[in-house]
Amino acid sequence: MATNTAAGGASNLLRFWPWVVIPLLALILPQIFDSRHGITLLSHMGIAIIFALSYNMLLGNTGLLSFGHAVYYGLGAYVAMHVLRMVNDAGGEGLPLELIPVVGAAAGLFFGVIFGSFSVRRAGVVFAMITLGLGALVHSSSLMFSDFFGGEAGLFGNRVAAPSLFGVDYGSNTNTYYLVVAWALIAAIFIYLLRKTPLGWMANAVRDNPERAQFVGYNPTIVRFIQFALAAMFAGLAGGLFVITDEIVNDESVGQIQSGIVLLGTYIGGIGYFIGPMVGAALVTVLESSLSSYTEAWVLYFGLLFISIVMFAPMGLVGIVHTQYLTWKAGGWKGNTGIRLYMLLAGLVGIFGAICVIELSYHYFRSWDPSAPFGLMGFTVNATTALPWLVSFGIAIIGFGLMLFHGKPMLARRISATSEGGNA
Amino acid sequence: MFETIAYSILNGVLYGTLLFMMSSGLTLIFGMMGVLNFAHASFYMLGAYFAYTLGLATGFWVALFLAPILVGAAGALVERYGLRRVHQYGHVPELLFTFGLAYVIEELVALFWGTVPVPYKAPASLDFTAFSLMGLDYSMFKVFILLVAIVMFVGLWLLLKKTRAGLVIQGALSRPDMVGALGHNVPMVFTFVFAFGCALAGLGGVVGGIQFVTDPGMAFMMGPIVFVVVVLGGLGSVPGALVASLIIGILQTFFLSINFSLAGAIGSLGIEDSGFFGVLWHMETTRIAAVLPYLLLVLTLIFRPRGLFGKREA
Amino acid sequence: MQLNKKAGLFTGTMIGLSMAVSTVTWADNHPIRISYIEPLSGPFANVGDAGLKHFRFAAEKLNNEGGILGRDVEIVAMDNKQSPSESVSLVQRSVDNGINFVTQGNGSNVAGAIVEAVDRNNRRNDDKVLYLNYAAVDPALTNERCSFYHFRFDANSAIKLEALSNFMTTRDDEIDKIFLINQDYSHGQFISKRMKALVDEKLDAEVVGDVLHPIAQVRDFSPYVSRIEQSGADTVVTGNWGNDLSLLVRAIDSAGLDVNTYTYYGGGLGTPAAVGPRGEDILFQVSEWHADVNVDEGLEEYEKWFVEFKERYPEIDWYYHRIYNQMHMLKNAIEEVGDADDVVAIAKAMEGMEFQSPTGTVTMRAKDHQILQPMYISVMDADAKYDADNSGVGFRTVANIPVEEATDTTSCDMRRP
Repeated sequence: MATNTAAGGASNLLRFWPWVVIPLLALILPQIFDSRHGITLLSHMGIAIIFALSYNMLLGNTGLLSFGHAVYYGLGAYVAMHVLRMVNDAGGEGLPLELIPVVGAAAGLFFGVIFGSFSVRRAGVVFAMITLGLGALVHSSSLMFSDFFGGEAGLFGNRVAAPSLFGVDYGSNTNTYYLVVAWALIAAIFIYLLRKTPLGWMANAVRDNPERAQFVGYNPTIVRFIQFALAAMFAGLAGGLFVITDEIVNDESVGQIQSGIVLLGTYIGGIGYFIGPMVGAALVTVLESSLSSYTEAWVLYFGLLFISIVMFAPMGLVGIVHTQYLTWKAGGWKGNTGIRLYMLLAGLVGIFGAICVIELSYHYFRSWDPSAPFGLMGFTVNATTALPWLVSFGIAIIGFGLMLFHGKPMLARRISATSEGGNA
Repeated sequence: MFETIAYSILNGVLYGTLLFMMSSGLTLIFGMMGVLNFAHASFYMLGAYFAYTLGLATGFWVALFLAPILVGAAGALVERYGLRRVHQYGHVPELLFTFGLAYVIEELVALFWGTVPVPYKAPASLDFTAFSLMGLDYSMFKVFILLVAIVMFVGLWLLLKKTRAGLVIQGALSRPDMVGALGHNVPMVFTFVFAFGCALAGLGGVVGGIQFVTDPGMAFMMGPIVFVVVVLGGLGSVPGALVASLIIGILQTFFLSINFSLAGAIGSLGIEDSGFFGVLWHMETTRIAAVLPYLLLVLTLIFRPRGLFGKREA
Repeated sequence: MQLNKKAGLFTGTMIGLSMAVSTVTWADNHPIRISYIEPLSGPFANVGDAGLKHFRFAAEKLNNEGGILGRDVEIVAMDNKQSPSESVSLVQRSVDNGINFVTQGNGSNVAGAIVEAVDRNNRRNDDKVLYLNYAAVDPALTNERCSFYHFRFDANSAIKLEALSNFMTTRDDEIDKIFLINQDYSHGQFISKRMKALVDEKLDAEVVGDVLHPIAQVRDFSPYVSRIEQSGADTVVTGNWGNDLSLLVRAIDSAGLDVNTYTYYGGGLGTPAAVGPRGEDILFQVSEWHADVNVDEGLEEYEKWFVEFKERYPEIDWYYHRIYNQMHMLKNAIEEVGDADDVVAIAKAMEGMEFQSPTGTVTMRAKDHQILQPMYISVMDADAKYDADNSGVGFRTVANIPVEEATDTTSCDMRRP
């Protein structure tokens, strides 16, 4: 599996630059997106990153596909919320706000140990199905046990009515954002270091070949169990942070959609890379929140993006960049850079055409008056006439066609001409 | 009590046969290809929508045959141009591919047919009361569903046991490598089985869409239950799927039909209806019925991962 | 294709485009904007879309009459995907964009989150925002969780049950055994609890069954119908909405059961079409208005409004009378204050406000910001002048509940700025 090389043998550059660039970005971004909504979005990205990193401890490192990881995120959030409310009720005396996420982490660990004890005996489909069932069970229970879960209205808390370790006023979104950044950094460092421990290596071994791992003397079930419990702990930490930024928690935080989103984000980013889930989670958070402002078809785009990644780039977005980077470094771009750029351009044109087709379809089928003038990519068109459809389909077909049937063979010819058997 | 039991069996069988129509295809696909098709319920939904749209032009009876064929064709395309490509990466990407596909199909259905339920109704020739039992009327359509399911089970059984194609599929279910070694075109068999499984789900949709609601949410609602059936019955086992469908159908109907809680049966014993155990104590079976399939799913996987009739573990 | 001078601006009243910027937006006067926070994608998109059309239509009518303070009203659509936490961040986005009013109605859980977000924002920031709730009926929002910045223009669940039970006392001779079936979440749980108390208190009838079922998960209601049959009930009371209601009524009908079903949302989007003539004379609803009220009471102006809406959007009907009340009361309050940005003053002007609605005088109760209005009990009828959603069936009034009988007591202890 290519994952091995990515996790272990990546170049130094890839290994260290994220630790400089990402924190730097985390400090610069709030200066650019300084509206309240912007800051909240950034906080949500930070939380999603922790959550996705914890998810990748299962999927990427241990080969466990979970459809119910939100259970630990959500339960962590609920427990943290109860503690926050206790602090609120005590008139703001008790656990400092900065440590509330630790409560979430503890709760995540607790439930991870309980549920993990029986779900990790087998990997693969059995594990996936157990997590699916558990996810559904916990989600349904959240509406039944309204004492703890607060029913479908959820629970509310007040982050301001809690003491701070450093005397910070958390009424401001920006301050909570920095709290999220701090915790995200701590979590990322821990998760990264965990990969470098014998446990992390054994997790990889268990993922790739459980029998062989067993022969070497490691019980795959125990390795999976520890990874699972630790992943649940970090998920709970993310849940605890969510309580602080949003001051509300309800059944959607333990729900299947939440579980699905973390899976999508992690996979889109790239499960073979440490920064893959970070990139994916950030992207998905932004898309989910802002794409829906621009187009009704955002769920479709989302699904298509995911399917394309699964089909054509199983190593995720980071994988695409990394593969190209390695090829470039190995001199694989020499003499064919132009063709690569040409293919990229043709592909982008094709995507542009496809987007036009989808937008036209949504307007045509969903609008109460399809013939109403419709702004598409800077043009005003009438979706009931043939012209915009022909043009859009044309662009899509030409773009993809050129990429696949002109650029791709050309690239292959050029590569085989320059180097015997060389491959990108 | 007798009334309740009789009623549960009757309605449970009706519900169970519908579950069977969907899950038989899924269990075949899994047994053969190792793919747990997340989008299976989406093909069920396509069956309902195709039948509704075709039915507007051709009437119900033609649609009953055409819609599953169309769904099967869609399934074949998905297998040939999607799954086969992903196959090389392993089972997890396959699962994820169908996971994403379920989203896309739901969106496309909502795009073409809208988010509101479509008025997909039983044909007039089946829309009358067939018989009454204990004060409740049963429409002819329900009887028809039962007939379709029986025909389907018998047909499937004959196909698998008595035909050459069935033998190949059976062989491929247990030893795919051997079937390949014997010179059969395994990828072709895969495409065929996938298309066939989807067509079965489509047939389920043709009748299920009438019995329940035809809206873009129907796949999401049915999806998890179908998994439960397949896991409980044993992955890859068609008789297992039948038995599991009936068990779940009857059990769920029974839980809904009785009025039972521990507190009601034993007495509240001073336990208040709050706190974890208090709520459990007072929990009525009707409220448990909804989570019952998931409970079965988890318990089966913990204690008997190969299910009731499965030959090998998942 | 011609080049669009306003490149990037989406034109028209396209559905589902959150943050849609309509062409009239940047005219000479800058508009008074209202954020409309509802699901515009996903399974509930049809409901969110219908509400948006109501608001856009009402805004246009106001604008044609000169708007508010001479300024246009603009509805800014925001897609919350029916998620409470998404709604919270949309409230923030509204405040960021300088919008002073948000409106929402679908889902009491979302409403609760918005109340919380609005309160929190107004406590911590100077840019304040007002929440106008047009459909979330959870009584808690005007009781223990009431807020100065929240106004409810729909009758809450307690009031609807009050009106319903008052009506039922007039039908005591035909109502003996009542069966309650509701969705298993706070809305349904409240109805189940409160209705039992009301039956004990007022009616000469007994509750023979009380069932909670999971929300939006039941595909086959026949097991529930068998329980209704076995209980011998003659009346069913349900707060179900959407598919849960249509499926229930269809199951009752196809089993040939002879019961009357009293609902909150029998006339709600999609339900008349799904139920059809099967609901005739057995499906009742309690609401603040329905289309044939205009005919019965000779409300010609309002009938014109209704017809015009139908011409604009042939596939749905004007259904939310509260939106009419809400928009007009907001206009009155802003014009009384003379400043659309002084949110606190507008809220104070709205408190206790009386408004001459087509159906009679409605009052915004100052104590908890709950509207009090006359209610109607109506039954599905194929002979109604206006059918709902082109279904062939409409509603006929069977009783008019005066304001005094459609009220509740409140435990609200409001914190005022």
